[in-house]
Amino acid sequence: MQDCTDVFARLSEYLDRELPGATCEEIEKHIAACAPCVQFVESLKKSIHLTHGLTPEDPLPPIPEELKQKLRRAFDDGARRRGK
Amino acid sequence: MPEGDLNIAERLLSGDPAAFEEFVESYRRKLFQYSFLMCGLREDAEEVAQDTLLKVFSSLEQLREPQNLKAWVFRIARNECLMKRRKSVFAPEHELSLDELRPQATGEGDARAIEIADWSGLPDDAAERSEIRRIIGQGIKELPDTYRAVILLRDVEELTTEEAASVLDVSTDVVKTRLHRARLALRQKLDQSLRSAALGIA
Repeated sequence: MQDCTDVFARLSEYLDRELPGATCEEIEKHIAACAPCVQFVESLKKSIHLTHGLTPEDPLPPIPEELKQKLRRAFDDGARRRGK
Repeated sequence: MPEGDLNIAERLLSGDPAAFEEFVESYRRKLFQYSFLMCGLREDAEEVAQDTLLKVFSSLEQLREPQNLKAWVFRIARNECLMKRRKSVFAPEHELSLDELRPQATGEGDARAIEIADWSGLPDDAAERSEIRRIIGQGIKELPDTYRAVILLRDVEELTTEEAASVLDVSTDVVKTRLHRARLALRQKLDQSLRSAALGIA
C-alpha cells in the first residue's frame, strides 16, 4: 500500500511511465483517493510541461553571415572527406 | 527518438545542403539556450553554441549511430561548457533533499490539505508568457549544477533517460533521481512565484 510519501518519491518515474505496471497501478489508486496528491501531481505536471522546449528569454539574433560561411565550409569539407 | 532526428542526421552525413540549413537553424538556438543556462553568461553561451556546431560539422564521421544525433551533439556541447565554466556563477553545489521539496500539509483525515498556490491561471505553453519563461529560466539557473544538467537535457531538450545518462556519463538511476529532485525544486519555485503574485495572476 502506497502512502503520500512513497508516491511523492516516485512521481517523476510514474509520470514518465518508467515504473513497473503493478507499482503504477498502486500509485494511481492512491492518487485517486487523495485530494492533496491530486493537487500536487497537477502542479508538477504543469511545471514539467512548461519546461519542455523552453526558449531563451531574449531571442538569439540571426546568425552572422561570417559564422554561417565558416560552418558551411566545415560542413562541405567534412562531406568531401567522406566522399560525398 | 523522433524520426526527424534520424532523417536529418542521415541527410547531414550525405552532405545535403538543405539539411545543413535546417540543422543550424534549429540547433543553434537549442545549443545557445542549453549553454546559457549551463554556463551563465550570454557571450560564453554564444561561443559554446558556435564551437559546438563547428565541432559537429568537422567530426560528423564520428557519429556512428545517426539515431543518436541529439545526444551526440549535446555531449559535445556539455564538454564545451565544462571548458568554459567559471566557478560560482550559479548556486553552490549541494544535495536537494526530498523533505525540503514537499509541500506542508495541514489538517487530518478528509480535511487534509497541502499549502499550494492556485495553478489554474497558468497557460499550458510557456511561450505565451515571457515572465513565465524568465521564472523557469531563473529557477533552472538556481539549481545546483548536477541537477541543472539533468533537467536541461531531460525536460528542456526532451532527451530520453538513457540519452541523458550517456551525455552525462552517469547511470539511468542517477538521472532519474536527479531529475525528480530538479523538477520538484522547479515546481516549488513556480509555486512560490505564484503565491507572491510575481506572475501577476492573483
